[in-house]
Amino acid sequence: MSFELLFDPLFRVPFVTGLLLAGLLPLIGMYLRLRNEWLAALAFAQMASAGALVAMVTGWPMVLGGLLASVLAALAKGALARAGASAYALMLLLAWGGGVLLVANHPLAEQAGHALFDGQLYFTGDAHLIAAAVACAAVLPLLGWLSRPLLLARFFPEFYRARGRDERPRLMLFDLAAGLAVALATVSLGVMAAFALVFVPPLLAYRLGRSWRSGLIVAALTGMGGYSLAFALALGFDQPFGPLCALILVMAAALPGRHSGRM
Amino acid sequence: MSGLLLRVSGLVAGYTGPVAGPLSFELQRGEILGLAGPNGAGKSTLLKALWGGVKRFGGQVEQAPGLQIAHQAQGFDDLRGVPLTGRELLGLTGATPEGLPPWLAGRLDLRLDRLSGGQLQFLRLWACLAAPADLILLDEPTNNLDRAGVAYLADWFARAHAGQGIVIVSHDHGLIDKVCTRVVEVGAAA
Repeated sequence: MSFELLFDPLFRVPFVTGLLLAGLLPLIGMYLRLRNEWLAALAFAQMASAGALVAMVTGWPMVLGGLLASVLAALAKGALARAGASAYALMLLLAWGGGVLLVANHPLAEQAGHALFDGQLYFTGDAHLIAAAVACAAVLPLLGWLSRPLLLARFFPEFYRARGRDERPRLMLFDLAAGLAVALATVSLGVMAAFALVFVPPLLAYRLGRSWRSGLIVAALTGMGGYSLAFALALGFDQPFGPLCALILVMAAALPGRHSGRM
Repeated sequence: MSGLLLRVSGLVAGYTGPVAGPLSFELQRGEILGLAGPNGAGKSTLLKALWGGVKRFGGQVEQAPGLQIAHQAQGFDDLRGVPLTGRELLGLTGATPEGLPPWLAGRLDLRLDRLSGGQLQFLRLWACLAAPADLILLDEPTNNLDRAGVAYLADWFARAHAGQGIVIVSHDHGLIDKVCTRVVEVGAAA
């Protein structure tokens, strides 16, 4: 057990990269949950991991492969909107099956595959940090702009159409932003850690938030707090980061508080 | 179309095939029009067809240029568990809280799932009524309202709304007779 590693400059870039994403992902999760589309996050994450692996074995940067696969998933989600959760489940299975077969049959993909599935954040470098910073700078204001249309689509689906306006381009823009952010998180934090950060903090925020705005704050703080604790414990006890992150967030979600009666 | 908001001629509407109409009427600013008819006549379908929410199979709908429409649909998505306050809900449609009944005005900063069913339904209705719009379409507005809500709504209709036109579909004949300036009967499509 050694917590001295926490102060090692080697781990600063991975820590800051993950911290940025741990603040961003729960915000995206708030809107995915609003739309009952949280399963899409897992589908995006699996697609990103499969895309990253394919990129790796073909000599392309993994980040690029992950992002491209996730954009394709977001576009497919828009096209298959009517299929709803079934489309996400099919995407998830397709990506998982392809990814695991690739890992099993290609020596190059094996180590990267384990890093992606287990969540070994320490392999992230400057490119990931820059990408995470750019993603935050782009997606946060975009979410601010899209918040009203996304909430209106849930509570007053006819609002824009009755006024002769089409809300679908804005909803598609959200899909793309969500896909890109989840893909980036997947190649930086691993599949299940990224999914846990999208799914669990909003679960808590929906219970404890006194308003939408405060719910967003609760979600972001929960994500960043859970992530930081998991990072410290993983380094201190030499444990894989992904499972610790998921377990800590799940424990936070089990804390007593106001219950909504809706999972 | 200076004071005229809507001119509807022989409108027939439906989904995969025609299920409602024909319907014809004109609506001026300041008018409250009731659509009456038996169950299954397609009143809700025709209301949606006024802004293109369902397929039009015949007839014409002419709108005043730049017409802003607010539509309160029947049914209510489950809002339990979403951390949204009443004030935030009104802010979505641009509705003003001014004029809300006192039993609701003081509860605007609570989460929606802390309101009673009647209060929640009234708030949702108010988000439509008080939103910036020239034409308000209301589908069964008294559904799920408590008695205080129905009384306040009837009072709201009775006040002058010279700048707006309102179309109401309701099974509540008492409300239709009390607040509508005109009633149009809807027959099923042939």
